[in-house]
Formats: sequence, C-alpha cells, structure tokens
Amino acid sequence: MMRSRSPWILPLSLLIALLLALLPVPPLLQALRPYWLALVMAYWVIEDPDRVGLGFAFLVGLVADLVMGSLFGEQALRLVVITYILQRFRARLRFFPMSQQALAIGALLLNDRIVTTAVHVALDEAVPTSVSWFSPLVGMLLWIPVFVLLDGLRMGGWRRR
Amino acid sequence: MPPYAGPSANRSGEIAETLRLLAYLTLAVVLIVLDHRGGWLARARQQMQVFVQPVRAVAGLPGQVIATVSNDAGTLGQLTAENRRLRNELLVTRARMARLATVNADNARLRGLLGASEQGSLDVQLAPVLDIDLDPTRQRLVLRAGVGDGVRVGQTVIDAGGVVGQIIEVAQLQSTVLLLTDPDHAIPVAIARTGVRLVAYGTGRADRLALASVPLSSDVKVGDVLVTSGLGGRFAAGFPVGTITALRPDDSRAFLVGDVKPAAQLDRGRDVLLLRTLPPRPIIGAPAQTAAPIAPGATAPAPAGAATNATANTTMKPTSSAAKPATATPINTTKPAATQAQAPAAPAPVPTTPPEPKPEPKPEPKPEPAAPTQEHR
Repeated sequence: MMRSRSPWILPLSLLIALLLALLPVPPLLQALRPYWLALVMAYWVIEDPDRVGLGFAFLVGLVADLVMGSLFGEQALRLVVITYILQRFRARLRFFPMSQQALAIGALLLNDRIVTTAVHVALDEAVPTSVSWFSPLVGMLLWIPVFVLLDGLRMGGWRRR
Repeated sequence: MPPYAGPSANRSGEIAETLRLLAYLTLAVVLIVLDHRGGWLARARQQMQVFVQPVRAVAGLPGQVIATVSNDAGTLGQLTAENRRLRNELLVTRARMARLATVNADNARLRGLLGASEQGSLDVQLAPVLDIDLDPTRQRLVLRAGVGDGVRVGQTVIDAGGVVGQIIEVAQLQSTVLLLTDPDHAIPVAIARTGVRLVAYGTGRADRLALASVPLSSDVKVGDVLVTSGLGGRFAAGFPVGTITALRPDDSRAFLVGDVKPAAQLDRGRDVLLLRTLPPRPIIGAPAQTAAPIAPGATAPAPAGAATNATANTTMKPTSSAAKPATATPINTTKPAATQAQAPAAPAPVPTTPPEPKPEPKPEPKPEPAAPTQEHR
C-alpha cells in the first residue's frame, strides 16, 4: 500500500469539499449540488483506509453538520453509512475500471439520498425536492474528475519526494 | 454462506466492524433526535458556531466578490442614468413621505382621541447578508450581525418590498434567518383589501408561498395583497407579505388553495432590515399637540407629481431634519438604528384647514433639498 507523504491533502480536500457544499448558488443548482463531502470521503476510504475509517467519517460528519446547519448527527450518519459500504466493497471497487467505479458511487449516493429522506420522514422534517434526486447523477459524473484530481495531487506529492 | 465470503480469518474483523457501525449509527441517531427535540444541543451548537464562522465567511466570499465586481463594472453612463432615476425616485418618495407624515400624525392624533395609544413605534437596523442558502429543504440566510449588534431570536426581517423572514438563531457575530419560503415556515396574514385572515406557508421555492384551507365563502381574489396580520405576536402587523397569483379548489373541493408571490426579494439584495419593536410610547405627546395649530400647505392631497414637490419639500422640513437623514443614511453606514417610524413627530397639520400654501412660521428653508429639485426639473 502506498502511503501518502503529504498529510495535508486529506484535511485540505475535506475543507474544500465543505466550502463547495456551502458555496451559494442559484436554487436549481442548489438542488442538483452533488454531495461533495461524500465524493471526497469515498476517495480517501478507497485509497487510504488506514487513516479514514468509520470514526473519522463520523467526526467529519459532525463538523459538516455544524457548519452547514443540518440536524446535528445527520451527515455523521450518512457518512458512516457510506464509509461502511465502501469498506465492505473496497477490495472489489479498487479493481473496477473507472466507469464502473463511477456507477457504484452513483448507486452509493442514491442510497444516501434514500437514507436522508428516511431520516427526514421519520422526524417529520421537510423532504428533499424531487429535483434533488438527480444529484446522485451529478455526483456520479463528477467522480472521475474528483478521483483523478485527488489521485494526481496525492501521487504527485508522493513522487516528488 | 456464500462461497466467496472471504477467508474465515477475516470474519471476526468483519463482525467487529459491523458492531462499530452499529455503535456509530446509534450515536448519530441519538444526536439527531436530541437535536430535533431542540434541547441543550441547541445551546452547545450555538457555542460552537464561533469556530464555524470563519468557514462560512470564506464560503460567502465568492458570492460577495461577484456582487462587488458586477457592481463596480457599471459604466459612467449607467451610473448617470441610475443616478437620475434614483434622484427622481427620491423626489417622488419624499413627496409621498410628506403626505404619509401628515396622515400618520393625523392618525396618531385621532388615535389619541380614541384613547388607544397602543402603537409601539418601530425601529430598524440594517444587516448585511452573508449570502448563504443552506439546503433545498432549508431556506435560510446568514446575516453578519449577531448578539453584539443587539440581534435577538424572533426579530422580524424585512426588505424594501416586505417581510423576508425571522431570526431563528443568533451567534456572537452572525445570525440565521428563517425565510418565509422555508417549508417549515408559516406566517399569519390578512388580506389588505378585506381583512380576511389567512396563514401563508413556505413551499421551499423562493418565488412562491402557499395558502391552504381558504374557505370557499371568503372574499379572496387573485391579485389581493397580503399583509402581516400581527396575530401570534411574532410579526408586527401591516407589512406586505405578497400577492395572490392563483387560486384553485383543493382536493376535497371544500376549500381553496392559493399561490402567493412574496413581496420581498428573497433571493437577491445584499442587505436586509431587522425590525425592533420598541416599547410602546405615548402617541399623543408633545409633537402632535404643538403641531396642531400649524396649518401648512402640506394637506394638499395631490398625487406625488411635480406640483407637490415644492410643497413636499417645505412641509417635510421640520420632520425631515430629524427623521429623513436617519432613514437615508443607513445604506452607507454599517448598522445604524434608522428610525423610520418617527413620522408621528411630524408637524401634524390639521387636514380640515383649506389647502392654502402658507409659509411655515418656524422652518428656515435649507438650500440643499431644494437644489436637486430644480436641477432635476
């Protein structure tokens, strides 16, 4: 296993994901906004499982809840679920070609939307709009660029030293 | 057991992992439920907002940069045109203000006669929007004004058009506004034309509110203007909320449901006003009494046309020297408490006197407001 020698990429990427989630955009894009944090977390769960596990996902989720004003624990729950599923299938996922990986991520994000909706329905909170069901699709399309970018950053930093 | 379940050595690890998953899930659910009930977690969260603020501020930056750039990109011609338009509007508005001031003073006097001095004057405070819309299902704004600026939970937030929402969370330097259009939001309204009381609900869309369960018999029409009814004690009465754009029978055919277009510009604007209701003041006070004998030409109830400009300027003088600059400046300064509803302090001319334009005894006409008038015409 390759160890990342530049430890700041992990926190930095998560911070950027948070900022992307907060960035004010028009309402329509808002509904379509992919779950950036999940994409970035997914990369790290797949590529660096020693550092990123359930506990880490939980903590990141709590921070995200705090920052974004969602129910405290909601994103923690979502990220833990995502991380667990990824960990289970990590061995297989790593050897998928990119396109299949993206499909898997899309399914994962769809599952995440279901989890979110279930939580909101259970608590009698507002249910996401119908447009937002397409956001997993956006996330799926973004998986390859995100993966390539993060991989490039990590490997580039690793090669230089 | 499937044959590819993996080497058996792995299975204990898998079980441990599953247990950990369950532990985390339970913890998360407990947190969610606690937060949902809103208990001590709400306060803990408020404390932690301090650490979160920098992140939000950074996220708000691009939007502000774009707004600044698009603002700065105006050409000279645009600015001149805008300047002219604004000056025009200012004149018209001043004329209207003059009329309103007289009406207001009159109102106050009559109210005093009726012995009903229950109207607290209104005080507003300007707050810049930090420009963050959090989630499709949660329509909120974050303001750059917090406890330090005197913001309190429950304050009504308005803009030039009408009601925007209410403050639901206050941190040291920031506060959160629940918009009218949040799906969790409901506001008691009254139809301005008839006084029929209704409740408008948020829909999650920035351009629409919903009316539900309007009785078929009630006098409601498309195009009716809704204002806050003041019932429930959360919102002050009389602020515009929106206009009814559609009405149709609901599923049961026993009631009507309607769409409302919000009066406030919920998705734009860089500043909002926070309403602070001051403790009620005796209305029938010194200003109304002293002003009664004076009978200036302000009573001319002409529409805000060119003719009224002159009278408007002169009549506005006594009040404007106090109230007008206060209302005009807040755009520049950061957070002044602009006293808007100070109009009762107006000269309160008696409306029954003939509208003969008599020069006022007191005011010495200052040249500055007159100058734009002539320049403009």
